Amino acid sequence: MNNGFFARRYVIQGIFIAVALLLAIRLFYLQVIDDSYLLSANNNVLRKMVVYPARGVILDRNGKILVQNEPVYDLMVVPREVGNIDTLELCRLIDIDLEGFRKRFNKAKSFSPYRESVFEKQLSSQTYARLQEKLFQFRGFYVQNRTVRSYPDSIAGQFLGYINEVNDKDIERSNGFYRPGDYIGVSGVERAYEEMLRGQRGVQNLMVDALNRPKGHYMDGKYDTLARAGEGLVSSLDLEVQKLAERFLKNKRGAAVAIEPSTGEILAFVSSPSYDPNLLVGREKGNNYMKLLNDPNKPMFIRPIQAQYSPGSVFKVVSALVAQQAGMLNEKTIFYCGGGYHYGRGHVMRCMHVDGSINLIQAIQHSCNTYFGYTYATMLDKRKMKPEKAYSLWREAVMKFGIARDLEIDLPNERKGLLPTADFYTKRFGNANWTSSFNISNSIGQGEVEITVLQMANIMAIVANRGYYYRPHLIKSIGEDHVIKKEFTEKIDVGVEERYFEPVIEGMSRVVNVPGGTGYSVRIPGIEMCGKTGTAQNPHGKDHAVFFAFAPRENPKIAVAVLVENMGFGGSWAGPIASMMIEQYLKDTITMPKAIQERVLNGNNLYVPEEEKSTSGTVAAVQNKSKQTNRQKDTTNQQASLKAVLNKND
Amino acid sequence: MTNQRNIFGGNIDWVTILIWFCLCIIGWFNIHAAVFDPEHPSIVSLNTNYGRQFIFIIASMITAFFIMMIDSKFFNYISPVFYGITLLLLVLVLLVGQNVGGNQAWISIGAFKLQPSEFAKLSSCLLLARYLGDYTNKTPNFKTLFFGALILLAPVCLIMLQPDTGSAMTFFSLVFVFYREGYISGQLLLFALLCIILFILSLLFSEWYIIGTLFVLCALGAFLFRRNRKAISSAIILFVASAVFVLFVDFAYNHILQPHQRHRIDVVLGKIDDPRGKGYNLRQSKIAIGSGQLFGKGYLQGTQTKYNFVPEQSTDFIFCTVGEEWGFVGSMVVVSLYLALLLKVIQIAERQRTSFARVYGYCVASIFFFHFFINIGMTIGIVPVIGIPLPFLSYGGSSLLSFTVLLFILLRFDSNRKGLV
Repeated sequence: MNNGFFARRYVIQGIFIAVALLLAIRLFYLQVIDDSYLLSANNNVLRKMVVYPARGVILDRNGKILVQNEPVYDLMVVPREVGNIDTLELCRLIDIDLEGFRKRFNKAKSFSPYRESVFEKQLSSQTYARLQEKLFQFRGFYVQNRTVRSYPDSIAGQFLGYINEVNDKDIERSNGFYRPGDYIGVSGVERAYEEMLRGQRGVQNLMVDALNRPKGHYMDGKYDTLARAGEGLVSSLDLEVQKLAERFLKNKRGAAVAIEPSTGEILAFVSSPSYDPNLLVGREKGNNYMKLLNDPNKPMFIRPIQAQYSPGSVFKVVSALVAQQAGMLNEKTIFYCGGGYHYGRGHVMRCMHVDGSINLIQAIQHSCNTYFGYTYATMLDKRKMKPEKAYSLWREAVMKFGIARDLEIDLPNERKGLLPTADFYTKRFGNANWTSSFNISNSIGQGEVEITVLQMANIMAIVANRGYYYRPHLIKSIGEDHVIKKEFTEKIDVGVEERYFEPVIEGMSRVVNVPGGTGYSVRIPGIEMCGKTGTAQNPHGKDHAVFFAFAPRENPKIAVAVLVENMGFGGSWAGPIASMMIEQYLKDTITMPKAIQERVLNGNNLYVPEEEKSTSGTVAAVQNKSKQTNRQKDTTNQQASLKAVLNKND
Repeated sequence: MTNQRNIFGGNIDWVTILIWFCLCIIGWFNIHAAVFDPEHPSIVSLNTNYGRQFIFIIASMITAFFIMMIDSKFFNYISPVFYGITLLLLVLVLLVGQNVGGNQAWISIGAFKLQPSEFAKLSSCLLLARYLGDYTNKTPNFKTLFFGALILLAPVCLIMLQPDTGSAMTFFSLVFVFYREGYISGQLLLFALLCIILFILSLLFSEWYIIGTLFVLCALGAFLFRRNRKAISSAIILFVASAVFVLFVDFAYNHILQPHQRHRIDVVLGKIDDPRGKGYNLRQSKIAIGSGQLFGKGYLQGTQTKYNFVPEQSTDFIFCTVGEEWGFVGSMVVVSLYLALLLKVIQIAERQRTSFARVYGYCVASIFFFHFFINIGMTIGIVPVIGIPLPFLSYGGSSLLSFTVLLFILLRFDSNRKGLV
């Protein structure tokens, strides 16, 4: 039954259809045309969590841990998502003040309001535990797991190096491998083996709910990538020897290097003063770094490979070997020492002793300056060629021992040392007619010659091996498969026949094992150690104490060089340390008398920062010592030092 | 449409029942998706919303079955009593009701919660149908309109006291019934539309700008028709009336509406951008639907609804789940189903032999339309957020049952339309 308003049904139906159309159009716009909502939805729900790989662990040669990883937690923030939160509560939980909160927040906001940035770095596990329970209250904040380095024995800081957050340059250089927030090795092994240690970053696409709680993986982890941990490294260090050397070198400036001659593996690598590598980890890192950097004793300076010293006696060993190989010297050669080597017009290079007529073995034993002055003169002046040419030949032979050249150790920033070319002297003396008298101090490893402690130890390894060495290296093997770099297994010959080594070794043995020898006090019972004390000339202060040795004489296992700056005679400072290192390594005990141990332990020649003003001149001078003597233009200084040098031997 | 005789002794419109069934099932699946917890996917359990909704659907089917068995005259006779009972319940809920989310809308009976306002819609429709049906052969007059409106005004006032503005507003949709029955002219409907436009404008702009603009327009109209005295006078009346209206709206907005209602209106009108505060619901709802794109993210794959970004996602914002997981295509299926249902209900209403059944049919259409438009409209940001459910889809026993009863009483009339009432 219809009334007169039947037609109105069409109006109503029309309205219904119109409204349905309106909804349809709006839905079409929202869902099909406008993409921004999809983006917002992903922003809502997707949390891209970078999974940082654990950096490779570094072990000592016996599998003891040198560096491991410790979990820390970075508090991240996405400023746009931060709602109305209890700021004070958050500040209390992570132990910052309101001003600090504002600063951090504004920094994050200025970086990007939409993207996450680090709000507070490296929260400890305890802080994280407290924070985690309440994290849901702080919308826009979440926590990212990281690891930091941790050093259980606090040793080998300069050897291991440290890591930093990558800077813009690193990122650019890496072709996008690194992203802001990644860590990169800056020095030491961390830098040299960065590619192996760093591992591969992973990504997790997590979904979070409205309360910012993780709810599982987007698309069941289809777009996630796993983090691959960095390769572990087995270093060649012997933790115990390293610890011992660091302990005894404490409070002294100096360096010690021990090498296994049969492999080139470095057993100890000490730079003193050292620092606790744990200082360069965590939230206090910045402050600690500045402190270390401003320390007048320069703990960041990697002395074994960066500090160059006059080699002193070790050079006589090389000199003797090279001369024998050249046929200019043999075991029976005798020179007369009347207390000094006379050269030029009335100059004398003095000896400590008057040795009389001595042969090579005795010369090594007594470290006779005169004998090696004659040897050097013979090498240059008596070879039926111009001394300039002879010098070049001599230099070439000497350089084969790793002097004045990169040993290519697996650490960055190694320095070469110095042995001037013939041209250098020609330029300096104005013509090519110079003779051995012009640079006679080279004969005893003073003057223009400079080498690093690593090079000294390497020379000992060469002597121990009787004629060859392997590239000294700090990393024994890489990764789970214990890969050994091929270049570390290549024998390098120094071009001196084995038989020429015997008199030298015999001389060195007498230094330690014959009563009255300069190393007699540091002999090791039951082991024939061959060694030599040395005094490296230092034009800027007291001489450096040097001791280098290898042991046992037959089938040597360890070669050591120890240098203590400004401590005078080598036998009393460097000797005991080298001896203890060897004994520790070979016998795993120390028999050195307690009194000597105490004396060495208590020795202190560090610059005191309080007196910075009064000593800064000296400090700078010492720090720049190698540089200054290096500088070839600085000839006046050279000449002055030369004179001082020539009056000493050891 | 099949017109075969069956056990109910009449013709049953199976197409409408199919649409109803589809909507219920779509609702059930989407409630499942909305409360789905990927970490603890469980089988149907009575502890979850979709478990309970399953019970409600079964209950609704049984109820529908019984309604089809009841003699259609019964609804006519019972309507005043039923109306009286629901009014009593509405009073009762104000006294002993439970306050949920600021609305005193629920009466607890054991484990079940009853929402009297849902039943008030049904009883008001039945009584209105009976009242208007009785006067259908007379010329529509103001007196009938007035008393008809009064039938609605009583529950509206009681519901406003809860205060459940959303449910109360539903009654205003019955303006379509009065229009269809000739109590309201087309001009009036147009006038109402103009009022709404003026209402929105006066909220958006300062009232003095609008009054000024109106003055210019009316003066222009009066000037153009200056020979026609009647035009001039109507222009003046129009201006005064609109000016008063605008001022009233301004007053009502500032002094009658509650702060949260004001806020919702402001958000929809774009007067304030507040994605974190009150606008959060709307923004998250739009993100959920918008991120569904053309084909949706797939069943149970919606992240916005699953992870609680959208509030009230199984009740008022159930359409978000549809939009997110089924995309534009799925949304269009739902919108089309509703449109089909609405047109079907009007078709059924128009073929009734009694005015009572026809008026009732239009009541049903109006209420469905209002819920459909307002609910979906609010999720996509074209109407303010008003908390009313989407018929058959939203979770909730009271609403599912009352919408089902509303629909099946009409189907009952329809199945019997060839008999006598």
